[in-house]
Amino acid sequence: MYTTDQREAMQAETVDISGAKGEKINAYFARPTTPGKFPGMVLIHHAPGWDEWYKECTRRFAHHGYITITPNLYFRDGHGTPEDVGAKVRAAGGVADDQVLGDLEGALKFIRSQPNLNGKVGVFGTCSGGRHGFLAACKLKGIDALVECWGGRVAASKEELTPKQPVAPIDLTKDLSCPMLGLFGNDDKAPSPEQVNRHEEELKKAGKNYEFHRYDGAGHGFFYYDRPPAYRAEQAVDGWKKIWAFLPKHLGA
Amino acid sequence: MCTMIAKQVAFEGSGKGRDDWFEVRQLNVSYDHPYHARDEHALNIDFVNESQGPGARVAVELTPEAARKLIQTINDILAQAEAAGHIPAEK
Repeated sequence: MYTTDQREAMQAETVDISGAKGEKINAYFARPTTPGKFPGMVLIHHAPGWDEWYKECTRRFAHHGYITITPNLYFRDGHGTPEDVGAKVRAAGGVADDQVLGDLEGALKFIRSQPNLNGKVGVFGTCSGGRHGFLAACKLKGIDALVECWGGRVAASKEELTPKQPVAPIDLTKDLSCPMLGLFGNDDKAPSPEQVNRHEEELKKAGKNYEFHRYDGAGHGFFYYDRPPAYRAEQAVDGWKKIWAFLPKHLGA
Repeated sequence: MCTMIAKQVAFEGSGKGRDDWFEVRQLNVSYDHPYHARDEHALNIDFVNESQGPGARVAVELTPEAARKLIQTINDILAQAEAAGHIPAEK
């Protein structure tokens, strides 16, 4: 809970980290600079790119007391406006899962090396980043909590698999290694409510610790205040409350 | 991206980009998230030249109806130009 007598301090900047195959990528890093230990967060940007919304989101997590990093998963695709770089990646069918997992592993390692980390690290992702988050929480070690927001193609059909995305993350549900919060819009087409149902069924079947919240009147990307057709203020405010209630339970904020 | 329905085709033409004209070398077409169109998914067309960086791009984001209208209009104009003898008839 915030109080007006709190003394806040934060530092935010672009950093270089070691990503997949040890290759250098850049990342946006924001953290509280007040004394004490803090939990960590790795944010996974959405398909439109490593954009202003994600930078602001990184600072938002830091403001809430998380040492937070958002790696640029499109670093290898060149530099320009986030839209131009994102359009390039879109045309190429996205980035390969293996590369994303390698970059996320690098980001996790970076966070784990911070001297003021309390030892716990969570992951948050939206859209394709939600899918990547679920994939990471099933395949990588050392993730203590997952927030998946409208992860697209988690429940992909065989026909939708590609050489870059060769597995449907839903098939890895038994390997999910941490508690999970899922937020979804009932008007979303990817993931559709039916896909979200299947996602939940698999979690239930595997006995995982999860909570799903589904919002009427909201579609894909309802948190994105910079995208007026998608943004739903009421549902977004409630979704953020769910996040700030979920993470401290598992990361000890 | 979320649908991954995309195709890249080698291409030749000229495009007017942010600053100036450039040689278009590739056509990128996807049915996926747009940046500006209101719908969750759109038919996105990018005329690009990757050798000049991601910024060498002319973009449109269309509804499926608008995309079909574009195809029809281009075909109509090409047929008209052919009939008038401006371009050789397609074999």
